[in-house]
Amino acid sequence: MITASIILTGVLASASAALLGTFLVLRGSAMMSDAISHSIVLGIILVWLVTRQVSGPIPILGAALAGVLTVLLTQWLAQSQLVRMDAAIGLVFPALFAAGVLLIALYAREVHIHTDTILLGEIGFVWLNTVPLAGWEIPLSIITLSLVLIANLLFVGIFWHSLKLATFDPALAAALGLFPSTLYYALMTLTSVTAVAAFDAVGAILFVAFVIVPPATAYLLTRRLWLMVCLAIGLSTAACVSGYALAVYWNVSIAGMMASMTGVWFAATLLLAPQQGLLAQLLRRRKARLEHDCRVMLAHLLTHQNTAQVDEENTQAALTQHLNWPQPHANAVIKRALEQALIEKNGNLLRLKPAGETAARELFARR
Amino acid sequence: MSFLQDLLGSQIVQLVVLGAALLGAMSGILGSFAVLRQQSLLGDTLSHAALPGVCIGYLIAGERQLSLLLPGALVTGTLAALSVMLITKRTRLKTDAALGIALSVFFAIGTVLLTLIQAQGSVGSAGLSSFLFGQAAAITKGDISLMIGTGTLLLGVVLLFWKEFKLVSFDPASAQVLGLPVLALEGALTLIVAIAVVLGLQLVGVILMVALLIAPAAAARQWTRSLSSMVMLAGLLGAVAGAGGALVSATGRGLATGPVVVLIITGIVLISLLIAPQRGILWQARARRRLTKRLPAVTVPHDAKRRKFPIRGVKRG
Repeated sequence: MITASIILTGVLASASAALLGTFLVLRGSAMMSDAISHSIVLGIILVWLVTRQVSGPIPILGAALAGVLTVLLTQWLAQSQLVRMDAAIGLVFPALFAAGVLLIALYAREVHIHTDTILLGEIGFVWLNTVPLAGWEIPLSIITLSLVLIANLLFVGIFWHSLKLATFDPALAAALGLFPSTLYYALMTLTSVTAVAAFDAVGAILFVAFVIVPPATAYLLTRRLWLMVCLAIGLSTAACVSGYALAVYWNVSIAGMMASMTGVWFAATLLLAPQQGLLAQLLRRRKARLEHDCRVMLAHLLTHQNTAQVDEENTQAALTQHLNWPQPHANAVIKRALEQALIEKNGNLLRLKPAGETAARELFARR
Repeated sequence: MSFLQDLLGSQIVQLVVLGAALLGAMSGILGSFAVLRQQSLLGDTLSHAALPGVCIGYLIAGERQLSLLLPGALVTGTLAALSVMLITKRTRLKTDAALGIALSVFFAIGTVLLTLIQAQGSVGSAGLSSFLFGQAAAITKGDISLMIGTGTLLLGVVLLFWKEFKLVSFDPASAQVLGLPVLALEGALTLIVAIAVVLGLQLVGVILMVALLIAPAAAARQWTRSLSSMVMLAGLLGAVAGAGGALVSATGRGLATGPVVVLIITGIVLISLLIAPQRGILWQARARRRLTKRLPAVTVPHDAKRRKFPIRGVKRG
């Protein structure tokens, strides 16, 4: 039961984060989620000072205002052109975060808001705070996060086409009267709300991992937006389940391990993704080089085939000595040409086959 | 006033204020290049990525020993910077996503290692979590000599390659054309920022380090148009904020140094943004008001009164 509630909390938080994160990553404002997740700390403590509540709808919305304020301040600062966008982000959120930390240290020592909790979360204790619902004792954070996920799903579902257009072509979206900047602020508001709801469970910085890393991983795997959203949610769910298992096994931070697992998925995808992975890129480059050098060899053979130097030039030795190819590369090129029946080997001599000669003549033909 | 004298008379406070001022100056100077190259948030990523390095250094040393924690932080910070470069160069992902990925994943690994250390229950682990928010009060004489040594070295490097760094910061394309090793120079600047971050961790911690890098430079930028005076001013402002923050937090009440330093330097930035001559917001507003006052006198053509459609702001006779 405890296990289930912890994993469910993680899954709900990370799915909400990944859903919105997809659009943030595509828009190029991923670091804004980092800024938001830090500044809501100020919102949480301010709301607590006023209302003495840490959970419930009012604190969540109140604290989310701090996130929206961060976005507004950053935009305004960048638009004043006194500092650039990246510096604006880096100026606004540390200031708000520092103010929040100081307020906590001054006035809120006795409440359960603790600076370590803010950063790291305590997902292991979500089952302690429960409310009765339909005869069940349901952890409060599960209810909150479910509502947040539903709100996010509704937002993305209703505004799917506008969001898509505003993400990929804001100018066209504005021209069609779709108010991309209003959509942007709505997205940022929902991100703030999600950050506040998730912060109890996973903490400020690990929330950033769930916003950015699964969508970025999905982006390496597909070019379809709906598939990217589904993949991101699937990846973050897998990260929660496996992260929980490993955290229990090694007896380390649960939220930290869940976030680390998103990093593992990303590293694996970066290496092995079928189209865009580093390995696939390497193989593609190597193949392209082989094909290119194969054509170079055909041209070389054609140039020399009916001349006096044919015995010297049209050999494997000439490829390594005259074209400065390393021996293994020359072998690979010859092997490839032999396999494709472009040339034939006659003792030391390399001779063009009809197919090879046509291919070589095409290289010299005027287009 | 006597309270301040008491405070400054204490040798520990003197040490802490000196250390904080040194760190502030150093990150101000070195951060200037990051701000000019639009790489402010790289400092954020580097400082978060230092956490796993600090933890690994702690696991190896078995205690809070600066000479092992800092190299660890430098190694993981450099790894993070390299992964950001790899991701932006080799995938469709944009810089901000790459920065966010490196930041959050390295930090997540750091928190996992942190709980591993806490589970071992060793005495010094409390000192380790001070790396999250910084603890200038824990600075020792050895730390200060380390800072002075490293700071002098870095400053020497910056002075030695001043012209090259300047060109790479403002116009990397012509640096490339001139045959400068741009990649190496950019790498060196990143490494310098990484070292500044690592040294600054003591003062403000991993979360707020980005402010100490950016804010002095952003404030200094408003007052001057030349690189050398910007760098010097940034160093001065950083030192003022560092020393001021250390003093305030030494007055007690459990105020961590990091947040106080950040609030002071943010205040300096705000003032600079408002009143800096030529650029400041108030200055611009005044210039605009004057211009609008002068505008009708200059631009009203003599047939304005006879026009069918009035020109805005001009009274019809």
